[in-house]
Amino acid sequence: MTFFRLLAFLALLLGAGAARADALDDTLALFLEDKFPQTEKAVAQLAATAPPQAAAILDALADNRLLIDAANKLVLIKTVSGGLVNAKTGEAITGVDASAFKKVRINNALRSAIAAAIGALTLGNPDPEKRLEAARAVFKSHDPKALPGLEAQLAKETDPRVALALREARAAIIALSADASADDKIAAIAILRDRGDQDAQNLLDVIVQTNEAGPVRAAAESALASIHSRLALWNVAQNLVYGVSAASVLLLAAIGLAITFGVMGVINMAHGEMVMLGAYTTFVVQSALPPADLLWSLAVALPLAFLVSAIVGVAIERLIIRFLYTRPLETLLATWGVSLVLQQGVRSLFGAHNQPVTAPAFMSGDLELGGLAITTNHLWIIALSILVFVGLQLVLRVTPFGLQMRAVTQNRRMAAAMGISTGRIDMFAFALGSGVAGIAGVAISQIDNVSPNLGQGYIIDSFMVVVLGGVGNLWGTLLGALTLGVANKLLEPVIGAVLGKIALLVFIILFIQKRPRGLFALKGRAVEA
Amino acid sequence: MLRVTGAVMGGALAFGAFAAKAEDTVKIGILHSLSGTMAISETTLKDVMLMLIDEQNKKGGVLGKKLEPVVVDPASNWPLFAEKAKELIAQDHVAVVFGCWTSVSRKSVLPVFKELNSILFYPVQYEGEESERNVFYTGAAPNQQAIPAVDYLMGPDGGSVKRWVLEGTDYVYPRTTNKILAAYLKAKGVPDDDVMINYTPFGFSDWQTEVSKIKAFGSAGKKTAVVSTINGDANVPFYKELGNQGIKATDIPVVAFSVGEEELAGLDTKPLVGHLAAWNYFESIDTPENKAFIDEWHKFIKNDKRTTNDPMEAHYIGFNMWVKAVEKAGTFDSDAVIDAMIGIAVPNLTGGLSTMMPNHHITKPVYIGEIQGDGQLNSVWQTSGTVVAQEWSPYLEGSRDLISDWRKPLSCGNFNVKTGKCGG
Repeated sequence: MTFFRLLAFLALLLGAGAARADALDDTLALFLEDKFPQTEKAVAQLAATAPPQAAAILDALADNRLLIDAANKLVLIKTVSGGLVNAKTGEAITGVDASAFKKVRINNALRSAIAAAIGALTLGNPDPEKRLEAARAVFKSHDPKALPGLEAQLAKETDPRVALALREARAAIIALSADASADDKIAAIAILRDRGDQDAQNLLDVIVQTNEAGPVRAAAESALASIHSRLALWNVAQNLVYGVSAASVLLLAAIGLAITFGVMGVINMAHGEMVMLGAYTTFVVQSALPPADLLWSLAVALPLAFLVSAIVGVAIERLIIRFLYTRPLETLLATWGVSLVLQQGVRSLFGAHNQPVTAPAFMSGDLELGGLAITTNHLWIIALSILVFVGLQLVLRVTPFGLQMRAVTQNRRMAAAMGISTGRIDMFAFALGSGVAGIAGVAISQIDNVSPNLGQGYIIDSFMVVVLGGVGNLWGTLLGALTLGVANKLLEPVIGAVLGKIALLVFIILFIQKRPRGLFALKGRAVEA
Repeated sequence: MLRVTGAVMGGALAFGAFAAKAEDTVKIGILHSLSGTMAISETTLKDVMLMLIDEQNKKGGVLGKKLEPVVVDPASNWPLFAEKAKELIAQDHVAVVFGCWTSVSRKSVLPVFKELNSILFYPVQYEGEESERNVFYTGAAPNQQAIPAVDYLMGPDGGSVKRWVLEGTDYVYPRTTNKILAAYLKAKGVPDDDVMINYTPFGFSDWQTEVSKIKAFGSAGKKTAVVSTINGDANVPFYKELGNQGIKATDIPVVAFSVGEEELAGLDTKPLVGHLAAWNYFESIDTPENKAFIDEWHKFIKNDKRTTNDPMEAHYIGFNMWVKAVEKAGTFDSDAVIDAMIGIAVPNLTGGLSTMMPNHHITKPVYIGEIQGDGQLNSVWQTSGTVVAQEWSPYLEGSRDLISDWRKPLSCGNFNVKTGKCGG
């Protein structure tokens, strides 16, 4: 009797195994049709039946690596390394190139479905990072079918981060489900409120919209209110951080101008082109270095950009500006002409197209601090601008050259009478100012398009900063840049980018009516008018 | 003495002009920005025109005359477009001009083409609200691009979008398109609170606050999408910032009207997979005509990596229509060619036929495509046939009652059917 029961049991197992294999065949057949509704059905089937091949198939599908062999009616996976395997059996296929087969197409709706399915399937993965990703995916999709899997995993989860993510995912499902009790829902809402970010806010908004007035909706509304006020505070902080990062770019671009304008009183319209030359130096350095050395490309580009822009600056000063001393209007015109020549020169050498400059890996992505997200490249630019500022202050305060520069800025005739060679100081000041602009160009190449007109976008802003800050002191430039950067970024969300710029221009015009020499004007009788 | 010199000079000039007319080449003007913020989009259009002219010359030219391209660079400077157009028509005596991208550049050159009675083929999708006698519009009107894109997003395939961000560059095309879209969304029952409209200047590069505004607007519990009419190289930092702030296409999809294969060529498109673009042509569309065109293009430009895009197809269609019209009219004279153009049909590159309608617009199919990791656009939805352009939008008050018909006897670009008068 037991023998027959055993046989029957074995037959059942085999049958079940065969049935499962048949189900997988049916699912794979759906993929072969390469139509969106059929692919969606196949994804749902894979999530429901969860055969062992499901995770690999769904991964490949999301990555555009699931291929159709129409002739043999097979579904193939192109592995990350480029080889081909049979999706059902996993055996490698040799002798054919992956590009010979058609890819199974997906669209956005499918991508969400696939992410949800992968999340539900990988909840029990031995790797905690994968489990965390899966829990986050389930939170996003809040698919009620994943609830039993969530509960099962929560019972045995050891990693606290993953456990929190699982609890939040479960809260998302319960809060939105139609069958859960009011108490369960209110408990879930409390978990969402503790999570407190924009995704939680999104879900609470849905709960408020889909629930009738009652304890659940009241709980959701109060949770929303507390999240709103917290997010509003974080939003202000975020805009301030954006303002500081915009200010750091302005500071880098304008500080060189403050030096040349301060020391020589020269309006250098080619200053933007110094920035542009620094950006192009970065591009050239990156093209010259092998791609593996991208990490060092910026470290090499910084001193090189300083040199290139400084040399061009010295050339402009010696060849043109020196002869136009005491004629500010002609200097303005001459430097405007130089800027056009430089732009066209770069255009002829490199072409009018934008040139690609890649950010090294350590500068991509963002840093999250509480509710703040700061992109890493902006952080590096803020650090660079502080370094440059401190470096310049040291040059001005500590070196004899800096002392002479300050003297010439305050009173040129008296400084000359004291034996300072004003001509040489002019040359070095111009070199320093242009070199710093070159460094700014390296920074700007990371966040803006590198094209021959790069400088045009920064020359007006640089002048605004210098006019606002005054030329007496580098602190004026710092304050001017901060004021303009932060004000611009605080105004932008309220009145838009175009009106924000206009408002700032009007503010500066009104400001210099009251203080024509800017925030930090030079004081004293010795100062020339 | 002076009179004699004058007469001799006059005679010499007349002889010179006569000699020019009797030359064996016909000049074709190419008016595209080769520098400035729009160079990223327009340079490739100059190149495709050179290829088309070269191919036509290999076939023997037009009416027995060889074609000679005259290329100028208006440098993304809108008033300079008008100057260069004048130069092409009055000095170089071109028979036709293929050019412009931004609507502001087109508006700048309209008076020149009207006054000097020449022909402009305008290949780019635009906001409509225009139909000039001297212009042939081979790009999409809003009902051939913007409206179908919004319909797709509103439907289940596009995610049943309920909240909309209309993000544009600050000039006439995005402003007018957004007016039309706002009216359309209102007509479809979308409340005003669920629509946010933002404008940024050309070349805008610091997208941090704008993108975080989009993120915040999209976190109000309803599915949100961005309709982008951002033009030129401001798109590059925009998409980079979207990637930096982690906005995926499955959360907040962005559908762009001015971003195609050419603009994506300079970007790392892996974080952008799934974002959308609406056009009437994609390089990835698999037809024998398209394959032949792409092969020809790669051979001509000697670079297998150069992409093809919708405005290039528009120039292909426009150029072939011009050749056919000239052959039909038997002359290069502007008036004759303009009259002969209506009704001309040429095959497009996606397996259909494109016809020049009496409103000076062509019939086009509509495709919605998703950005792929390799910078290509894969079609996820298309119209079953071609769509006729509605250049006067039925959703705007001032254009609801206008039609355009350049056939005789109407010969009017803005005929008001209610008042029965030409001139809106």
